[in-house]
Amino acid sequence: MIPDSAISFPPSPNANPALDDDQLLHVSLGPQHPSTHGVFRMNVVLDGETVVSLKPVFGYLHRNHEKIAEGSTYLSSMPFTDRLDYICPLTNNWAYAHAVEKLAGIEVPERAEYIRVITAELTRLINHTAFAGFFMGDMGAWGSALMYAFRERELILDLFEDLTGARMMSNFMRFGGCRNDLPDGWADRAKKYLATFPAFLDELEKFLIGNEILLARTQDIGALPAATLVNGGITGPMLRAAGVAYDLRKARPYGIYDRFKFRIPIGEKGDCYDRFMIRFLEMRESLAILNQALDQLPAGEYIHPKAKIRGFKAPAGEAYAAIEGPKGELGFHLISDGTFTPYRYRIRPPSFINLTLLEDMCLGLDLADVVLILGSVDIVLGEVDR
Amino acid sequence: MAATESTTPAATPPPVSEWSLPGMGLIKGLVVTGANMAQSFYRKDRMTTVQYPEERVAISPNFRNFPFLAYDGEDPATGLRCTACSICEKECPPQCIYIVMDRDENGKALKRPKVFDIDVSVCMNCGICAEVCPFDSIYMDGEYEIATGDRFGSLVFHKERLARSTDYHAKLRPAQAAEVAARRKADAEKKAAAAAAKEAKAKAEKEAKEKAAREAAAAAAAGDAPGTPPP
Amino acid sequence: MTPDVSAILTRLREALPDAMAAHRRNPGPSGQDSLLVAPESLVAVCRFLRDDPALAFDLLTNLTGVDWPDPAKAEAVAVPVEETAAPACGFLETVYHLYSTTRREGPLVLRCRTADRAENVAIPSVVAVYRSAELQEREVYDLFGIVFTGHPDLRRILMWDEFTDHPMRKDYVAPDDYEYEPTPHDEVLEKAKRHYPAAP
Repeated sequence: MIPDSAISFPPSPNANPALDDDQLLHVSLGPQHPSTHGVFRMNVVLDGETVVSLKPVFGYLHRNHEKIAEGSTYLSSMPFTDRLDYICPLTNNWAYAHAVEKLAGIEVPERAEYIRVITAELTRLINHTAFAGFFMGDMGAWGSALMYAFRERELILDLFEDLTGARMMSNFMRFGGCRNDLPDGWADRAKKYLATFPAFLDELEKFLIGNEILLARTQDIGALPAATLVNGGITGPMLRAAGVAYDLRKARPYGIYDRFKFRIPIGEKGDCYDRFMIRFLEMRESLAILNQALDQLPAGEYIHPKAKIRGFKAPAGEAYAAIEGPKGELGFHLISDGTFTPYRYRIRPPSFINLTLLEDMCLGLDLADVVLILGSVDIVLGEVDR
Repeated sequence: MAATESTTPAATPPPVSEWSLPGMGLIKGLVVTGANMAQSFYRKDRMTTVQYPEERVAISPNFRNFPFLAYDGEDPATGLRCTACSICEKECPPQCIYIVMDRDENGKALKRPKVFDIDVSVCMNCGICAEVCPFDSIYMDGEYEIATGDRFGSLVFHKERLARSTDYHAKLRPAQAAEVAARRKADAEKKAAAAAAKEAKAKAEKEAKEKAAREAAAAAAAGDAPGTPPP
Repeated sequence: MTPDVSAILTRLREALPDAMAAHRRNPGPSGQDSLLVAPESLVAVCRFLRDDPALAFDLLTNLTGVDWPDPAKAEAVAVPVEETAAPACGFLETVYHLYSTTRREGPLVLRCRTADRAENVAIPSVVAVYRSAELQEREVYDLFGIVFTGHPDLRRILMWDEFTDHPMRKDYVAPDDYEYEPTPHDEVLEKAKRHYPAAP
């Protein structure tokens, strides 16, 4: 529980006389800046090296996806969800399909649920390996770590290409199942690949964890109390690094996550180091889920036989449904008035809402730490700006 | 500043790692990268780079690029399966398909496209057109070397450019093409059987009708025979 | 687990007798009923839902706006359980999805309506209760034009600062040239001349 007095705001830049001081340095960090993970800008005010004010500026990648979706059919929005968080298209697909299934009350066959879990956990592996690489890049270790991470990502993307036909723009989930079944031998190839993954994790851990520079740069940087994070709407690895065991796969199980045995790793302090480590631990748990799912994979339908592809209509009503995306709670809020198009289509983007407390985390730290903290939030601008 | 104490982390010095000798992290890292470099000369799974265009990776059977239109037989002008129903045009997420129905001089729809354009500079290879097509007419191509020096004109594909024979489809996606061919054959047989049954039924009905007419005529003739003319 | 809205409403009325809130039924299969809260009671209701130990809705997950030019459509999606007067004109609505991280319950849906779509478009900000509303309220202000009174820093967030309209409203007309350029030239200049009136 958090008292009202603990909720405070850094003042608006328009009404902050402290920022008029001639001695302060105003820096526009971005939008084209290698460490900002896309077209993201931060207006930073510095006192020497120390951050006095930091205002994020959004919208460089805004295309009003929600408006486009409200003018097109339910199915037409599915490929656009790939482009939200383009590192993890399959979890975006799942979140949208899950919301529409809730809105229209559609059942999903068992095999389709298994395929969804497998693709979603592979996506989590992709996201977290890429995160490790980018985070090292933010720290100045541009090159080796990222290339190692991307080599593993490529191998998973090869699996995705065989399954969905595209490496990143998968457009794979349908309302009531998946677009196609696993190709012949796909599950065996995935198993074979996953057997090599722990060795890669070991190597990367050996390579990075315990590195003096990493420890010195990340420990005790950017930590906030857990209650503040919950109040700020932070979800996903960011929140769990601060010690709150809140993972939607356990907290409100969707799909078939209640069938698998896995743990929710939590951190202690919530600093950048914990956020980095939590992703490594989550990858180990994802591997556990993947191995169970691939072993249990049942035969059957990959899409509900009565699922409608052409001319899909949802009954009047509204639904909010969310899944645990690799970056946090990814939700869709849909309102239907009974026609072929959604009346309201809203995405709850974890990357965007996780930036709410960015300024609070950065105040009083050095400029170099800002880049690290932003890296530890793990944003993708396609999802932030939508 | 209105920042509460919670926003400024305590400035505790970072703990010294378990390797207290300076530079050990660097050496450890170099050992890992060195091992990787050495392995990249002989380990197959470490050699991930392919020397395109001399070497090529076999494309996956599910791989999709831009759509094409399938036609039966030899002539794409007459064999197109497309009926210009515009379902794909309506479902296309980026709205890159443009269809005009062909009509005869009386304005009757001929169920074939007069214009079928796909702007591939807008197309996003999602494959929804292929999925929603009820006439097995549009499929996703696997061709990817289609760069042009022109930004607009040659990126609008007209129906002549889009047409591909069913043999091409069978070569590209054998499993899907075989399934479609089997289904179409079954449908055609069913249709033929239904048509034959309908014809037989119509014939039987016609015969029955004729017979009834003959009988009625005979009965009328018989009834008329006594000849009671109206007064 | 979806919370029992009528039980929460009873508890709310016991604790806050002045609060104006009503139960709205969801006609769809999702079964997510909502609480329609009057703007003047919104902050108090949110604070109660957050601080009441038996409810403890500590996470405001999602905050969004909806434009209802036709009030009958809004009533069809959030059906009144008790007899109420139907709204006379179109309005804007904010929707809040609350979760409890400790009790693992949700979503509790709150909705709050403005008086109309033109002049009276203010809704009190819940930023003082849920910090996560900060950026989301800015987004709703930007895209729908709902003014959140009490928000510490209400500026446009996704559209550029000089933009004047609210694109998520149902009656928004998109410009016919999407390639807006501040300094148009060539073909874009010709289109811009047709589309935008000459500067005085």
